[in-house]
Amino acid sequence: MQELFQLIVSGLATGGVFASLALALVLIYNAMGIVNFAQGEMAMFATFIAFTLISRGISYWIAVPVTLVIAFGGGIAIQRLVIRPVERAPVLTLVIITLGLATLINGLAGVLFGYIPRAFDSPFPPSSYGVFGVYVGYQDLGVIAMSGVVLLAVYLLLQRTTVGLTMRAASHHPEASRLLGVSVSWMLALGWGLAAAVGAVSGIMVAPVLLLEPDMMQTTIIYAFAAAVLGGIESPLGAVVGGLVVGVTVNLVGVYVPFVGGDLQLAVALAIIVAVLVIRPNGLFGRASSRRV
Amino acid sequence: MSSVLRHRIRSVPPRYALVGIVVLLLAGLPTVISSYLTSEWAQALILAIAIMGLNILIGYSGQLSLGHGAFMALGAYVSAIMARHYHVDYLVTIPIAGILTGGVGFLFGVPALRLSALYLALATFALAVVAPSLIKRPKDLTGGVQGLLLVQPDPPQPAKDVFAAITGTAMTTDQWIYYITLFCALILFWLAWNLLRLRPGRAMRAIRDGEVAAAASGINVAGYKTLAFGVSAFYAGIAGSLLGLASGFISPDTFPVSLSIQLLVGGVIGGLATIPGPLVGAIFAYFLPIESDQWAPGQSWIPSQVATVIHNAGPAVSYGALLILIMIFAPNGIVGLAYSGYALLRRRLRGAGDRETGHVPPDPQTV
Repeated sequence: MQELFQLIVSGLATGGVFASLALALVLIYNAMGIVNFAQGEMAMFATFIAFTLISRGISYWIAVPVTLVIAFGGGIAIQRLVIRPVERAPVLTLVIITLGLATLINGLAGVLFGYIPRAFDSPFPPSSYGVFGVYVGYQDLGVIAMSGVVLLAVYLLLQRTTVGLTMRAASHHPEASRLLGVSVSWMLALGWGLAAAVGAVSGIMVAPVLLLEPDMMQTTIIYAFAAAVLGGIESPLGAVVGGLVVGVTVNLVGVYVPFVGGDLQLAVALAIIVAVLVIRPNGLFGRASSRRV
Repeated sequence: MSSVLRHRIRSVPPRYALVGIVVLLLAGLPTVISSYLTSEWAQALILAIAIMGLNILIGYSGQLSLGHGAFMALGAYVSAIMARHYHVDYLVTIPIAGILTGGVGFLFGVPALRLSALYLALATFALAVVAPSLIKRPKDLTGGVQGLLLVQPDPPQPAKDVFAAITGTAMTTDQWIYYITLFCALILFWLAWNLLRLRPGRAMRAIRDGEVAAAASGINVAGYKTLAFGVSAFYAGIAGSLLGLASGFISPDTFPVSLSIQLLVGGVIGGLATIPGPLVGAIFAYFLPIESDQWAPGQSWIPSQVATVIHNAGPAVSYGALLILIMIFAPNGIVGLAYSGYALLRRRLRGAGDRETGHVPPDPQTV
């Protein structure tokens, strides 16, 4: 029983990482109707920036916000340079471009930072905290707290500020927003910047566990896909719930289903994606969509 | 030569002559280049087969798969397991691998029917990432991480004799495998050409351009979408099986995610929804990283630091940059550029097009 609780808590921690990355995917999906395959690589690159800053002697708590600002700027720059010329192109074109972006960023990280895995220090102590015989690592608690803060911040930004309202309006009704004087294209850029920053948080949180290297996010992005699909790809709340559910499920299945074990955990994510798409393609929180012919 | 025959030859469209020249060049290639280079060209042709499969799916039916590396892996392992554990002749296993992979692709296409192109991309990408760890699991069958060693066939005596008569040197195994690959590629390209210019191809393009309109016109949308998936997987299966033959060894690492990306890059560079596109794209996607690797350090005018950076960047940077640039500036790839260049040239030569509407007077030969 204690083991079960411990697995659930550590599952929630990894789930928090998946939730942040899934939220980043949802933000871009809502802005322009595509899944950004480069989201994981963008997060990995931001984590390398944080690593560089920290190894120059800057404190973790200063380096991380600075990285988030850089990631935000980088996201906007990518949207302006690469996505804007093809904003109105078919989904297929856009998806292929984000894949190209993923490959490009991965290669650039390899050139700039090398392929040797590096240890990324966590600001949280490695010890754990016991309540009623259940030991919870400070690392896990820290990750849960940090993802909670990020998700809350995104929620407040989107629901309680004028900028958030404008962003949502621009994605729901681009034409009407344009008539009301909203610069839709810049709102999309803002969406990319925000997504890049939120994704960067997931990279920074997962780096102490996975070791930092260019391919670090390749598995995490699959879990994030599973989380976003499970929650309904257009629902920010769904991404968070989906992330937590995927985190806990993968953790439990890895231990309690001997066939899966440690090495087939990723296949669980694939199974979740396929199952959701077959049984309930709109996910838990998504609405059925209708299209005009 | 009778005048009828002469007339028929003269009325053949010029592009048929071009096809004939390309086939002759490919067939003659091993007689002029080294055996090692021949094996590289065999790999490029294998890539071309797989990309043709992907092209049928992406270019003609508008469904995006990022998991064709996984289908290639399935084809390769079917062949390897049959050849190793059941001692079936490898050449016999190639079509079986294709059909089996095609069947699996067909089954995968059934749930894919309900999905938009985007969700399909997600699911197939996850498949590509998971495939290596799935292969490692049944150790007795697949050899786990170590993979499977395969026996490469010796060329048969008649082939040896012909080759020796032309070049004066003995035919190597690599050259024989090249000819097997070329044979498969020719048949599969011919099949694809027939499939795509006739009824199924028209139906797939109609579905790609407007699913609801296609359904309203009486096209069996579900049937053709799954058919496209099945055929596409069939091509990938054969390509995978040939890849095992050409490299003589397969392991889970033969089929990484980057293989699926490489297929996509090849399709996009060559030109989606064209028949020659996959061949052109495969040649580029295969030789570009190799050549750029060797080219930069050999150039004296490039500073050595820059050359080292280019060398270290490897294929990932050039692939990624190419994907983005081509999708933005030339979405129809090299073949698309060539087509539009040719059309422009013809218009200039024929003259007198209407500048306003771009309307061109009919070709005098066909009137």
